[in-house]
Amino acid sequence: MTEGEKGSLEPYTVPTAPFRPGDESDFGGPWVEQPGDLNRPDPVSCEASDTHDHAHGLIRVLGDDDSASGAWNPELDAATLIRGLELMMRLRIYDDRMIKMQRTGKLSFYMRSLGEEAIAIAQTMALDDTDWIFPSYRQPGAQFVRGRDMVSMICHCIGNTEDNIRGRQMPVHYSWKEGYFISISSPVGTQFSQAVGVAMASAYKGDDQATITWLGDGTSAQGDYHYGLNFASVFKPPVILNVVNNQWAISTHRNLATGGENFAARGLAYNIPSLRVDGNDFLALYSVTKWARERARAGKGATHIEVYTYRAGGHSSSDDPSIYRPGNEFECWPGGDPVERLKMHLISIGAWSEEKDAELAQKIDDEVMAAYKEACTFGDLANGPFPPASTIFTEVYESVPWHVQEQREELGK
Amino acid sequence: MTEMNMIQSLNSALDTLLEKDENVVIFGEDVGYFGGVFRVTSGLQEKHGMHRVFDAPLAEGGIAAIAFGMGLNGLRPVAEIQFADYIFPAYDQIVNEIAKLRHRSGGEFSTPVTIRTPAGGGIKGGHHHSQSPESQFTHTPGLKVVYCSNPRNAKGLLTSAIECNDPVIFFEPKRCYRGPFYGDPHNVPTWKGHEDGDVPDGYYSIPLEEARVVREGSACTVIAWGTMVHVAQKGIEESGIDAELIDLQTLLPWDRDTVVNSVKKTGRCVIVHEAPKTSGFGAEMSASIQERCFWHLESPIIRVTGWDTPFPHTTEWDYLPSPERISEAIKKTQED
Repeated sequence: MTEGEKGSLEPYTVPTAPFRPGDESDFGGPWVEQPGDLNRPDPVSCEASDTHDHAHGLIRVLGDDDSASGAWNPELDAATLIRGLELMMRLRIYDDRMIKMQRTGKLSFYMRSLGEEAIAIAQTMALDDTDWIFPSYRQPGAQFVRGRDMVSMICHCIGNTEDNIRGRQMPVHYSWKEGYFISISSPVGTQFSQAVGVAMASAYKGDDQATITWLGDGTSAQGDYHYGLNFASVFKPPVILNVVNNQWAISTHRNLATGGENFAARGLAYNIPSLRVDGNDFLALYSVTKWARERARAGKGATHIEVYTYRAGGHSSSDDPSIYRPGNEFECWPGGDPVERLKMHLISIGAWSEEKDAELAQKIDDEVMAAYKEACTFGDLANGPFPPASTIFTEVYESVPWHVQEQREELGK
Repeated sequence: MTEMNMIQSLNSALDTLLEKDENVVIFGEDVGYFGGVFRVTSGLQEKHGMHRVFDAPLAEGGIAAIAFGMGLNGLRPVAEIQFADYIFPAYDQIVNEIAKLRHRSGGEFSTPVTIRTPAGGGIKGGHHHSQSPESQFTHTPGLKVVYCSNPRNAKGLLTSAIECNDPVIFFEPKRCYRGPFYGDPHNVPTWKGHEDGDVPDGYYSIPLEEARVVREGSACTVIAWGTMVHVAQKGIEESGIDAELIDLQTLLPWDRDTVVNSVKKTGRCVIVHEAPKTSGFGAEMSASIQERCFWHLESPIIRVTGWDTPFPHTTEWDYLPSPERISEAIKKTQED
């Protein structure tokens, strides 16, 4: 029996990642898809079938030469682009500070957005200020766009007395109603189908509010992803459904989330216009989200977007990706670094410089450090003080029922 | 007052609340044009419109998720899960999401979802149209769990469940939709002429978290909910013992004062439910009563329940607690 015959008798296929530690990652060199490749269909009259090429191709605006071009170029002014760059830098520097503090025990756990900063920031900038944000744990950046006080965010992460969710959830599980940023939950994907319900309620009430949500490539294997797509397909509420294909779900490679290659095109089977976008291209992300928002506003229902990117960091502070993937994969990623790419674009159009960039990074770093120090004055995970133990018993229900009250008295705090 | 069966009274509660509050929306499998497989939502779509009463895709997990989102965004969704046996695809959404939203968000968000679901046996439904999974939800902080037993309390409790700002799982004993059930499948009366078949017209509510004393008595406290309230009533009659019958109505949080005062008075207690015995809600009741009433108890608390097996099809009358089993248990509590 030859090797080939033996292989053909295997009962089923168990995919593995194409590259493992010690391998040289190879994503096929620079992308063949170019910024001018795809047209921008009219968002209001567009049907799902008009997006076949957009679901199978890759929407880009920033070229390999750092210039912006093509039908999807949102033509943003330099001030808006600089704001986007600043927000992405802010998120990255904030993440760096938090991960350092996690290692010193000041917080229990952390999840960075490294390499994916453009997603929540560009997409939130493209929305109206009162649109609902229904994030997974990799989109805290939306809060920076809407101006949440960094001290308040840190207080949540370090679980101190000023944590607005009273030390009840792990770090990064932000909730911020004022910013229309819905409480993050650990079970992956539940928000995806819930977001469709949020959007249906907006439509029912006649509010011009869209809802945006995200989940990862790994999570797209969950029923909630398919519930969300199907309910959105049937009821057509104003919702933007994103699959962030960052290649990895902890150690599970995306080739275990689908037997195919493509996530965007799944939406076509649900008759939802579907786009595949370079997730490290700030301008392309902004543009596709504006397009989806226009559809929502016109009452045309959902848009499905595959955000094609790479998870540059570990899944979380508890994860060590060097065990399961080559260490240099991010450097090989054809989409590059989203922050660097927007910076280079701004420099190329004469609106920015390395000096200004360094100056801004220092300013943000100082702000983050000051915010961190201020947050720690209210306590941290290593040293306390924590929210009072009585908060275990409150807000389980609108008012405290007798059995919960009895247990609170039993604890005696 | 109008004479109604439980289907009509539930329909009346939904109709009244759709009228009263424009934020109430109703959806689930077959609930729209058709009016539900048990007819509970009959005529409501026609009267209140397609956007307020509508059919959902056959995906319980999706139905619960949509309810979560709608409730978070200002509506008061009432979702139907067609049979309680089919609630489990929605279990994650209910237990991890709907139940915990208020707490996990520091009170920033909440979702006043009501999930109605027909439950329990006695309709020849076999494994998967007969279960009574209340204890799968009473173990979840953040939920309220309600179990109606007759047309009058069905209307009153459903009204309160929908108006409650906490999520409520609302069990409807499908065996009793068209009449009370006294344990004899060959003699099934309708609600006609039953005092609890007289239901107030218009808006009518009964507070949650309050039990109902169906029959006052001095010799033993019998606690039941759903269909078993009626079976227990028959069991008490057959025993000839002056037992007090409590219809718990709300299981989470249950009515401590009514139960504890009764057991302290009678010194004896039988708990009846149709769900399996092990880890059933009777276990919780028994433990709590023992903690609170130990020095008043004259005999061990007895549970009369379904067996720790899947629910059977042709032999369901041997599975469900019968008046005879309940009667025997009551008599046993009287032994010294």
